[in-house]
Parts: sequence; structure tokens; C-alpha cells
Amino acid sequence: MSGTAAQGYDVAIIGGGLHGLSAGLSIARAGRRVVVLERAWVGRHASSATAAGVRTLGRDLAEVPISLEAMDMWHRIERIVGDDCGFHSHGQTKVAEFETHMPQLREREATMRGLGYSHEEIIDAAELRRLVPTLSPHCVGALIARDDGAADPHRTIAAFRGACEAAGVAIVEGCGVEAVERRGADWLLRCGERAFTAPAVINAAGAWAGRAAALFGEQIELGVRASMMMVTERLAPFLGPVVGVVGRALSFKQSDQGTLVIGGGLQGAADLDRQRSTVNFVELAKGARASSELFPSVRGVRIARCWTGIEAQTRDHIPVIGASPDVPGLFHSFGYSGHGFQLVPVLGEIMRDLVMEGTTARSISAFAPARLMQGRRAA
Amino acid sequence: MSTVDLLIVGAGPAGMAAAVAARRHGLDVLVVDDQPAPGGQIWRSVETVAATARGGRLGESYLAGASRAAAFRACGASYDPSCQLWQIEPGYRAFVTSAGKARTVSAKAVILATGAQERPVPFPGWTLPGVLTVGAGQILLKTADQVPAKPVWIAGSGPLPLLYMTQLLAAGGKIAGFLDTTPRGRLKPALRHLPAALGKAGDLLKGLAWTLALKRSGVRTVKHVAEIEARGEGRLQTLRYRTDNGQWQETAAEVLLVHEGLVPSIHAPLALDCQVEWRAGQHCYAPVLDGWGETSQPGLFVAGDGAGIAGAIAAEHRGTLAGLAAAARLGKLPAAAAETEAAPARRALGRELAFRPFLDALYAPRPQVFAPPDETIVCRCEEVTAGTLRARAQIGRPGPNQVKAFTRAGMGPCQGRQCGYTVMNILAHAQERPVEALGFYRIRPPLKPVTLGELAALDQKDTAA
Repeated sequence: MSGTAAQGYDVAIIGGGLHGLSAGLSIARAGRRVVVLERAWVGRHASSATAAGVRTLGRDLAEVPISLEAMDMWHRIERIVGDDCGFHSHGQTKVAEFETHMPQLREREATMRGLGYSHEEIIDAAELRRLVPTLSPHCVGALIARDDGAADPHRTIAAFRGACEAAGVAIVEGCGVEAVERRGADWLLRCGERAFTAPAVINAAGAWAGRAAALFGEQIELGVRASMMMVTERLAPFLGPVVGVVGRALSFKQSDQGTLVIGGGLQGAADLDRQRSTVNFVELAKGARASSELFPSVRGVRIARCWTGIEAQTRDHIPVIGASPDVPGLFHSFGYSGHGFQLVPVLGEIMRDLVMEGTTARSISAFAPARLMQGRRAA
Repeated sequence: MSTVDLLIVGAGPAGMAAAVAARRHGLDVLVVDDQPAPGGQIWRSVETVAATARGGRLGESYLAGASRAAAFRACGASYDPSCQLWQIEPGYRAFVTSAGKARTVSAKAVILATGAQERPVPFPGWTLPGVLTVGAGQILLKTADQVPAKPVWIAGSGPLPLLYMTQLLAAGGKIAGFLDTTPRGRLKPALRHLPAALGKAGDLLKGLAWTLALKRSGVRTVKHVAEIEARGEGRLQTLRYRTDNGQWQETAAEVLLVHEGLVPSIHAPLALDCQVEWRAGQHCYAPVLDGWGETSQPGLFVAGDGAGIAGAIAAEHRGTLAGLAAAARLGKLPAAAAETEAAPARRALGRELAFRPFLDALYAPRPQVFAPPDETIVCRCEEVTAGTLRARAQIGRPGPNQVKAFTRAGMGPCQGRQCGYTVMNILAHAQERPVEALGFYRIRPPLKPVTLGELAALDQKDTAA
């Protein structure tokens, strides 16, 4: 097949979500020519559908080291991308409604302390009341990570995009990769009439990452989630920390705009082929009920809009990060369902290390792609 | 959860006619409606008002609603007034709220008879208290016999301002002046459509009679007004306007009612992923429908002005057709019998629709409606100005959904009902693209705001410990 001459780059990134942009940013700043190929537009799916949590609290133990490094980066995010991304650090909490919920929180805190981590801390009812005065008085305590917080999704996307463009990353929107071919040392990526070549390709295609991997002949088991969110009308500021609850799917926070942003992983339905997802209100009613039981004063607050975001989820709920074990020049970075924005900045650096050095000093062995590949389970 | 054959949303001319037709063939019908009584916008409160002096002042076409409401009441459909529909899922499952509680209704077929809304007309100061729409003024007149104490200014174009002014004068109201925003030279292109419109000579005469009555009453009329501006501290105090070849004029004003035509309610069809098409003649989207009013989603119908602006009589015929089609689809009426029964409604609908191109050409919105000055607030919910949108329009040729993410325009509780078309037009103009190439906002549920407490009521199960 002939056609337009392919444009050549050092690195091609499939997917213009935040993880694709973050990788592109770090790699371009290290002097490589990078193109980000985005099927729709930057931040179209999970990146703009998220509550944009920045949370170390409750991370899988394998994720804690990179999560803490990422947290340091979030606290100086303005110096990294030129905007504070609307990031506020009012803490994230896991609230216990009943005494019976406290042992599991205490056990988690003990585990973390045993491993030398001190960012997760038990607080009693009085301290919880001080931090979250509007919380229903029946709650008895919580686990808190005080440095955690949340960002503004659209500001974050705009900031990463702007930083990428300033660093020379080519961002091509409306450009879905449909086929790949090997061309000598390069991969040729076809997007309709257009074509791009690069020796290294990063698969940051989110929920569609399994399909992107399949274009390279790689079979990676990947599930899909359609996590629902609801946002209310604006209210006067009354809540600082992000509130989660033991035993309920709830993540409850107030944004800079004053709206309540309520998520927590309740599931709608996703359609990967149509790139659409739908809200299931019977399911979402659980979130409304949890909200009004935890914060009785919000019962009369009007919901302005609800949506679902389509995200990739692995069987073990931790991401896929690393070079393909079989396909030369292919690197994966996806499966961040339920992770919010927290790992984004550090993953840029990890992907830069992997692409440019072939290795990274960070501990990422738990995220190896091979663990999800039939007959290729990692040892 | 309840289950019915047919759910009808809206109890205006279309919804009531649809219910009557479907009940005639034995369908189990539920009608839900925002309003406390049947009639929709055109026949609002007609059951209580028709017999009063106020009813007489509102005119014959208003009084005609009384017999329709009576027929609807008698048809045997279940009827939930003051009931808001806020979500429909394919299949169909509807979510409604009444008396502070949300509940679901399953239906084999659905007719959306949710009508139209007035086209939002952004201009500097349009969000000031004291500036309303003519439609809102007319509702106050119908439901409460409320006549503004002070003389009102009317600005706009189309049949509704004329009708409202005659109704207001009959009710003893005072009109400070009528700023007719119909651009110069509209009559000539409109006259091309006149032969087709002659079947509705009665309506043409009615429009003429309204105009003459206004002339006789001495209402001051300023023709060819191109731009208006409302000013004041905390509320409307000063009205400024400019004719197409004139200087700006300024006058004291306390109430200004504006109107630049109607657009179909498209949020529910869009939310259900129905195909829509751009209606260039009416400067809006309308759902793609077959001859019965069925959308691209089987079993989902749109009747009334939601199918495209055509007025109350057309709405009734469209309602009848959709009601018959629903009966046929659910096996209660053979296809041939449905065709026979539909024939009179089809003919009458044809006459109504033939009249529209004339009105559409005569009263097409002036170009300024789609190009408000930079300082104008376009998205009222999030207070986003035209200037902000224009600045964003140049960065990467964004569509409405991307601009929404950047600026928050369209994110508020009205779901873009106020700013949607204006945003499309501003982007199209800035990017030199045809407006229909832009597309509308993706609609995110709920269609109407529902409270956390109301939604919580749907979750009956005990909380997991």
C-alpha cells in the first residue's frame, strides 16, 4: 500500500489521555521526537470522566513506592507542567461508620507502619468531626492520608497538553491507529490516510489498550469498567477532604466550583465498539443514598449531571507497565482504572526510562505485562 | 416499578391526542407531565380558566383546549400530573419523580410529547431581572391573570409576540412599545411560500388581524430593530436598541419581554441516541422521524413541536398518528386499519406543515441572535461570555463538547438548553464552518435536575454492613 509518506518520529504514543501525554512530555523533554496519536480528542474518555483524585490512601502495596514519589511531584506540579492543575491537598479519608469497621482500618495502618510508611494514619471521631464537620455524627473514625487531595480534570488535561506542545510533542487528534506493520527497525502505524513511523511505541490506549496490543499480535487479558459519576449544583464551600467509606462505593468531595463530585466506582455499562457508556440510575441510587446518609444536609441538593467513564481494569486491579516481552519496541502503560490522576506524573518518567534506557530504577516488576498473557505468566 | 404498554411524556396537544388514539385501541397508557393540569403550554390551565372572563380574553384557539382536556380526562389513560421525567433508558425504562420520590416505569413504547422551548436570545443584559421571554409573560397571563403593573416593552419576531400583545391589551395591560426585530426584506422571500400556505388562509388572516388590532390600539412599533441591550443596577432600568440603519436609542424600561421563535425539545431524543437532522429553515435540530413520528429507535416516537415547530393543530395530528402507530406496533391495530384511521390526520397535518415555510422565512431569526457581542453572557448557568467562547474557538477547532470541558459552558443544571445553539453558532462563525457541522452537546442525564434524596429513594435495599 502506498499513499502519503509516513511521518517519522522517535516515539509514537497511542492514546491522548493523561498517561499518554505524561509519557510524551517526559520523553520530549529528554530530547526525543514524540507524536501522540489520539482517536478522538485529548482527554476524551477516562481522563475527563474521572473525579481526578490524587490518592495514596489504600494503594496496593506494590504501588506504594511510585505512588509516594508521584505525590511529591503533585505537590510541585506547577513547576512540572506550568499550572497547579487545580490540585488541592485537603486529605483523603476512609471513614468507618461503625466500630466493626475500625479493625480493618487499624490493621491497614499497622501493615503500612510495619513497612516503614507513615502517610496513612488513624483518626478518632473527634478529629474526624474537626476535619469534616458536616459528616453524620454516627461515624466513629477514619483512616486518613493528609497530603492526598484532588485535581481539576479539565485544568490538568489542558496543563499537560500545553506542556507537551511547549516541549515539542506533536499531538494528532481524530487519528485512531487502525493497523501496524513492521518496517525495518520501525513500526509503521496507519490511521486512515495518514501513517507514522517510530522505532518505539507506547500503548496508552486506556480501555482500548487490549485492542491496541492485539494490533501488534499481543494478547493481554483486560477488563473494562464504566465508573459512574454525579455532579450537583454549586454549594457554598463546606467540605475539604475527599471522603470514602468502608463497605460502600462512595467517593465524595466538593470541587473548587462548589459542586459536589460523587463517585466511588458504581458501575454503568460500557460499549467499547461504539465508544459510548451509559448510566445505570438504579445502581447510582446507592451512591445517592450513601451520600445522603453520610451527609444528611445534602438530601435536597440537585444533581446537575451524571456520566460514566470507560476505563481499563486488570484482573488484579493494578496497572500494566513495562516493555512487551515479545514485541520489540512496544511498551505498555494502561489499566489505571480507579486510580484517579495520582500516578500520572511519575509514569511519564518511568516510561521515559523504559523507552530510552530499557530499564528504570523504580520498582515496577509487579506490573509486568506478561502476568496477563495466556501461557506467559510471569514467574 | 410499574409496567405499561405506552408511556406518553407530556400532556399538551400532542400528548393528549396520542393518549386518546392509543386508548381507543385498548393500550394501557400512562401520561406523565410536569404541569399540575393538562393542556401543555398553549392550553395551560385551560380546565379552570376556560369558563372565566380571562378565558374569553385569551381567545378562541385557547378555549379550544377545554374540549381536548375533557376528552383526554375521559379516555382512560392513567395520568400523573406534576411528575418530572428525568431519564429514559433503552428498552424502555423511564425514571420519574413526583411528590419528592423517584420511581421507574417500564413501557413497551414511548411517545415524547415534550414540545418546544423559546429560542434563547442572548444580548448584553439579558440575564438582568426584569428581562423575561414573551412565553413566560404569557404563562403568567394564562395561569394567574397577571398583567404587569408597568408598561412592558416587547422585542422580537414571530406570531407569539403579536398574539401576546393582543391578549395583554385585552386584559388591560399596557405596552410601552414593540421592537419588531424582523429584518427588512423578509416578506419577499416569504411570499414565494405563499401559494402552499393558502390552505391555511385563516391563519394568515388571524396574523393580519393581530397586526391591525395593534395598529388601532396605538402601540408604538419600531421596525427592523437589529440589536438590543438591557442595562441597570441589579435589574432592568434602561433599554437600548438600534435599528438596522439607525443610531442607538435609549429609554427607561422596567419589563422587557423577548421572543425569537421556538426550537424543539431535543434533549430526550439526543440522550436516547436518536438520529437528529439539522433543519436549516428553522435554525435548529429535530429528530429524524418516519411518517408516524417514530425515531431511529424502534418503539420511540416524538410528537408535537418536539418533532419540528408546527403549532398546536399540527401537534394534535402528530399525536394521533403516534398513538395509532404505537397501537399498531403493539399488535392492537392491523397495519391497514392504522393507515385508514390515520388518513384524515395525515391530510390535516400536511395542510399545517405547508404553512410553515412561509412563517419560517418571514420570521427567521435576525443574524445578531447568533452573534452576540463579546461581553454577553451565553451560558447563564456558568456565566461564560461570548468573548470567552470566541477566544477558545480558535485553539484547535474545538466542537461544543470540547469547549464545554475548557470553559464549563453547558455544564450547569439546564444542560445547555440555554447556550447550546449559541455556542454552535459562535464556534461555526469563528471557524468558518457550517453550523450543522458542529453538532450539539452530548446530553448527560438527568434530563431534569433530581435531588440526591429523591434518587436515594430508588435504593430500597438495606445497606451492606
